Amino acid sequence: MADPLLSVRNLRLEIATRRGPLLALDDVSFDIAPGEVLGVVGESGAGKSITGTAIIGLLDPPLRMTGGEIAFAGQRIDNLSAEAFRLLRGRSIGAVFQDPLTSLNPLLTVGRQLVQTMRVHLDISPAAARSRAVELLAEVGIPAPTERLDCYPHELSGGMRQRIVLALAFCCEPRLIIADEPTTALDVSVQAQVIELLRRMCRERSTAVMLITHDMGVIAETADRIAVMYAGRVVEIGPATAVLKGPVHPYTRGLMASIPSMKRRTADLVQVEGSMPRLAEIPSGCAFHPRCPVRLPHCDCQRPSLMNAGDTLVACWLAAHGNVAPTRETIGHA
Amino acid sequence: MLDRTDCILSVSGLTKRFILSTPWIVRALSGRPPRTVHAVEDVSLTIRRGTTFALVGESGCGKSTIARCVAGILEPTAGTIAFMNRDVTGARGRAGREHRRHLQMIFQDPYASLNPRWRVERIVAEPIVTHDLLAGRRHIEARVAELLRLVGLSPADARKYPHQFSGGQRQRISIARALASEPAFIICDEPTSALDVSVQAQILNLMRRLQRQLGLTYLLISHNLAVVAHMANTIGVMYLGRLVECGDAERVFGHPLHPYTRMLLDAVPDLEMTGRRRQALGGEVPSPIAPPSGCTFHPRCPLANARCARERPQALPNGDVFVACHAVEEGRIEVPAAANAF
Repeated sequence: MADPLLSVRNLRLEIATRRGPLLALDDVSFDIAPGEVLGVVGESGAGKSITGTAIIGLLDPPLRMTGGEIAFAGQRIDNLSAEAFRLLRGRSIGAVFQDPLTSLNPLLTVGRQLVQTMRVHLDISPAAARSRAVELLAEVGIPAPTERLDCYPHELSGGMRQRIVLALAFCCEPRLIIADEPTTALDVSVQAQVIELLRRMCRERSTAVMLITHDMGVIAETADRIAVMYAGRVVEIGPATAVLKGPVHPYTRGLMASIPSMKRRTADLVQVEGSMPRLAEIPSGCAFHPRCPVRLPHCDCQRPSLMNAGDTLVACWLAAHGNVAPTRETIGHA
Repeated sequence: MLDRTDCILSVSGLTKRFILSTPWIVRALSGRPPRTVHAVEDVSLTIRRGTTFALVGESGCGKSTIARCVAGILEPTAGTIAFMNRDVTGARGRAGREHRRHLQMIFQDPYASLNPRWRVERIVAEPIVTHDLLAGRRHIEARVAELLRLVGLSPADARKYPHQFSGGQRQRISIARALASEPAFIICDEPTSALDVSVQAQILNLMRRLQRQLGLTYLLISHNLAVVAHMANTIGVMYLGRLVECGDAERVFGHPLHPYTRMLLDAVPDLEMTGRRRQALGGEVPSPIAPPSGCTFHPRCPLANARCARERPQALPNGDVFVACHAVEEGRIEVPAAANAF
C-alpha cells in the first residue's frame, strides 16, 4: 500500500470523571489510503464518533487524548495548536455530520457560509468564491443554485440541507472527509441520493473518506474497507467484501446475522444476547466475552490484539488458535 | 371480503386534517388563507386477528397519525374506525377506556415513554390499576412479576427505575406495560428505530414470540423496510397521507406495482453487495400543506402523464393487492411476473 493519507496509531481517549478517568477509546489503530473509503461501523457507545472527532481535533473536555498519535499526510496532527488545526480543518480535512440543521449556521445564508469558508482557506476573491459556490451547488444537485445562495438553512428541506453540507465539506477540495452518520437523519429515498452523491464526488476528486455509520447497508454500498468497533476498540478490520461476506469476529458475525433481510424471512433473527457495556463497566480481557457464544476459557482475562485471519485483522483468540472455522454458510442465518 | 370474526380492526375513509392557521384576526390583517395539513386522506384498511399489518412510508406520510386515530389519541376529521366489531371512532369516557384496554401502544423512544420518577413496578401496574383488573397489592405484584418474566426481565427489576436499564431493556418494560391489560391489539410505532441492530433483533424476536404465545395482532409502523419485510403479513405503503398500495407482504415487496413502492424498495441499501445500480429517482416528499393535485406522487413519478396530474387515482384491486395508480390501471407500467424475487 502507498503511504497512508491518515494514520492513527494506538489512539487512547479518556473521559475525566469525578470517580476517575473512563477509557473511551483503547489502543485504536488504522490507516486510510489516499482516495479510499473506510467504513467504521459499530453500535452506539462503540467509540466511532469520538474517533472521528479526535481526528478533526474537536475533542472537548472532559474527553482528552492520553496516548497514541494521529498523522495526516505524514505529519503529526494531534499535537497541533488550536490555530494551526483551524487552518487544516475545512482545508485538508472536511467534515459532514448527522444533522444538517445543526451543522449549518441558521443566521447566515447558504451562499455566505460557502463564500466565507472558501475565503478563510483559499486565496480567492469574493466574486470568484461566489461563482464557485454556484458551481458547487449545481454539482450537489440543487436546482436553481443562484437563487438558493440567498436562502437560509431553514428554508430548505432535510435532503437539500445535507447537500449544502456536502458542498461545504468539498468547497476547499480536502483530501479527507470525516462523514459521521451523514444519512441517518434522512428518509430512505433521500438517503440513497445523498450516498450516491457522496460516492460520486469522492471518486471524481479521489478524496478519502472515513464513513462512520451504524447502517451496514450504507457501508456495504460505499466502503472499500471496513473497521468494526466494539466498546472503544477495533475488533475487526479488512476489505469490505471479506468483512461482510466472511466475518470472523463473533461480534461481527452476530451483528451481520441480526440484520433483518429483505429477501429472507427466517423464523427468528439470530440474536446476540445483552448489549454494549457501559464505559464504567467494560469487561476485562476481551470486552465482548460476556456476550460471546464461542468464548474460550482465557477470554475473560487476556485481551486479544489484532491478528491476521485471512484477508482481515481480527482481535479474537479464535483467530490465534487458527480455528476460524465458520464459513459463509455458518455465519448466521441459523 | 373478510368475515366479521376474522377482522379485528377495520378503518374506512379515515381522514385527519390539522388546522395550522394563525388566529383569524392575524389572517384577516395579513390576507393569508387558512392552512391545513392533510395528514391522512381517505384511508381504508382491515386487519385480520393474529396478524401483523405494517404501515411503511417516509417521514410525514401519516403513518403515526393513523396509529393515533386508531388508538383514540386523535379524533379523526372524517371516516370510521371499527374495533372488534364496535364503532370506536373518537370514543370517549367509559367506551374509550374499554377500547383502550384491548388496544395498547408501544412507542419509539423508550427514554421518553417511561416516567423516570416511577419504579418499574408502578409503570407496569398502571394499566392494571387504571382498568381495575386486579384487586390487592399481592395479586398486582405477582402479575407484574409474571409480565416481566414474559418479556425476558427478572421480577427483581420491578424495584428499579427506568434509568437503570439500557435502551433494549426499557423497550421490554414498555412491552410489559402494554401487555398488562391483556390487550388483543398492540400498535407498535417505530418500536426499534431508537435501538441498535443487535438489540433490535432481540426485540423483534420477542414481539414475534409474544404474538405466537398470546395471539396478538400488531399494527406495526416503521420506515425500516427490512424490519417490515421480516415482521409483516400485510403491508400498506403510504405516501403523503394516502395508502398507495396495500396487500399481502410477499406480494407487495416481492412484486411491487406502484411506482412509489418500487422506488422505496430500490432505495434500500444493498447488503449483498451485488453491485446493483440504483435507479436514480430524484425529489423529496412534498409538503402535506399543499399536496400536488391529482396523484400526489406525480411530480416524482417517471410514468406520470396529464391524467395523473389531474385526477386522483382510486385504490383498485390488482390480484389480491390494492393499488392506487393510473399507470397500473391502464397497463402503462409493466407488471413483472417475478421482478424482485423474494
